[in-house]
Amino acid sequence: MKSAISATPGKPRLTTSAMIASIAAEGQKTKPAPFGHALVELARSRLEVVGLTADLGKYTDLHIFAREFPDRYYQMGMAEQLLYGAASGMAAEGFMPFATTYAVFASRRAYDFIHQTIAEEDRNVKIVCALPGLTSGYGPSHQAAEDLALFRAMPNMTVIDPCDALEIEQIVPAIAAHHGPVYMRLLRGQVPLVLDEYNYQFKLGKASLIRDGQEVLIISSGIMTMRALEAAKELAGDGVDAAVLHVPTIKPLDHEAILREAGKPGRLVVVAENHTIIGGLGEAVAALLMRSGVHPAFRQIALPDEFLAAGALPTLHDRYGISTAEVARQIKGWLR
Amino acid sequence: MSTNTLVNAPTLPQRARNIRRNALRMGEVQGQGYIAQALDISDVLAVAYFHAMRYRPEEPTWEDRDRFLLSNGHYAIALYAALIEAGIIPQTELETYGFDESRLPMSGMASYTPGMEMSGGSLGLGLSIAVGMGLGLKRKGSKSRVFTLFSDGELDEGSKWEAMMSAAHHKLDNLIAIIDVNNQQADGPSKQMMGFEPLVDKLEAFGWFVRRVDGNDLDAVVAAFDAASSHPQPQPRVIVADTLMGKGVPFLEQREKNHFIRVEAHEWKLALAELDAEDRS
Repeated sequence: MKSAISATPGKPRLTTSAMIASIAAEGQKTKPAPFGHALVELARSRLEVVGLTADLGKYTDLHIFAREFPDRYYQMGMAEQLLYGAASGMAAEGFMPFATTYAVFASRRAYDFIHQTIAEEDRNVKIVCALPGLTSGYGPSHQAAEDLALFRAMPNMTVIDPCDALEIEQIVPAIAAHHGPVYMRLLRGQVPLVLDEYNYQFKLGKASLIRDGQEVLIISSGIMTMRALEAAKELAGDGVDAAVLHVPTIKPLDHEAILREAGKPGRLVVVAENHTIIGGLGEAVAALLMRSGVHPAFRQIALPDEFLAAGALPTLHDRYGISTAEVARQIKGWLR
Repeated sequence: MSTNTLVNAPTLPQRARNIRRNALRMGEVQGQGYIAQALDISDVLAVAYFHAMRYRPEEPTWEDRDRFLLSNGHYAIALYAALIEAGIIPQTELETYGFDESRLPMSGMASYTPGMEMSGGSLGLGLSIAVGMGLGLKRKGSKSRVFTLFSDGELDEGSKWEAMMSAAHHKLDNLIAIIDVNNQQADGPSKQMMGFEPLVDKLEAFGWFVRRVDGNDLDAVVAAFDAASSHPQPQPRVIVADTLMGKGVPFLEQREKNHFIRVEAHEWKLALAELDAEDRS
């Protein structure tokens, strides 16, 4: 029996339905459905683009594309194995399917179909999946805590974990320009807008130093880059100077940038990811550093290796150490 | 049918025998293989490649070809035998079957072999790919069709039934599935593993046009392919082919039925001799 989450004294008790369609914090700058709008933009010039989903068009922002291009939209029903097998077949006929569902269903239910019919056959399918990591309060059925580990382990799969709305808009044309299978984590609905303040440009396979700092280097992907940037501001208030290296492409990993930054002496290296501590960015970076003879002080911020609780996301992010406050608190503790 | 119409082309029975002979010779090369399945499906493959399908042997990726998806990848020995007979794979490669660096691995993969359109072997994949190809061909306005072969054992896989529903839902009249009912799975007779009868009723209830025939009666198989091709309604088509494991080699037909049939080293020559004796009779 799982113990209920105890409320933090002095904090209002939240409900699971809080933030159900968006991971944005209250008052945060957002853009609506960046993936859907970017795909529409792409599809105007790339006539081979088609959209497929397994009964989650509205919940993966693919409905924006469906509304604009109804005859290029394929509703495959609630059948994820079929979804990815059929996407392979359409790609074999020269189309570029963007096939959406939730990350749990693509990674855990349809894994063999993606492995054999898309990755092994080298089909040009873009697998775009909502609710990555811990971005749902529904419990393990909807929490894809291990999606990056599963897709990293698959040969010939490019794996991307975007931070915000701006990056999603940039990723869509970038992965279309890359021929081959891609797994992209999706943030849907009202998506936070963060990187616009940093003159950011996504490049496939490249990490990006978004903020420099002397005492700690945070290597992060996805929404954890947003958290890292917020935590860095908080840490600065306490006199701690933190750098943030954003690594949106989990595979292929940008070895050069990671070794360059982690190899600078005197900094604590912290890898922060919205993913189980097993097999994600943290272990990928750790293995790279070990293989390369680079040995900084090293810590991981990641989800624990356990079935996560149901509840409101802010509560869960605090509990599992991936909220801004928890990121800052842990780093301060390690520097002490 | 091949677009290269040959003068004095071999008859379908001769094609089927040649496919069986190619398969037996590959079995002999490896000393093993899914030879009983290859022998049971040779008549269906002869009709597919020398009566029903359009393709160019010298151009396996010709855009206007009919597609053939081998879902049951362990039947690769049978499809290679047909692809050799069709001139898509050179006869000389037969000797390389299952060897390191060969284009003819024991389980069929798209990335290895000309004319092999999917990587099968993990059973239950082919019909889903066929649905996507069928949708894609329609999107392109292509007249090409998608043929896909799978085994009765694959009916155990839930994904097959997802794809059955989908093909009917999308009215894929350019899709022709072939189910090899040889009633043999890895652990025993298919009907004892998970009962699938009444199969025709099931498939019809799922919205498919169905023909069930003796898969080793060439005339009946030709009629089934013709009916599937000419059926006017906008629905997917399936040929249920009841076949006999080891067909064409009497002592293998009578051997105790096994998924992976045992053939002694000296028996390959004997099998070829029996096949040739059948040919002359």
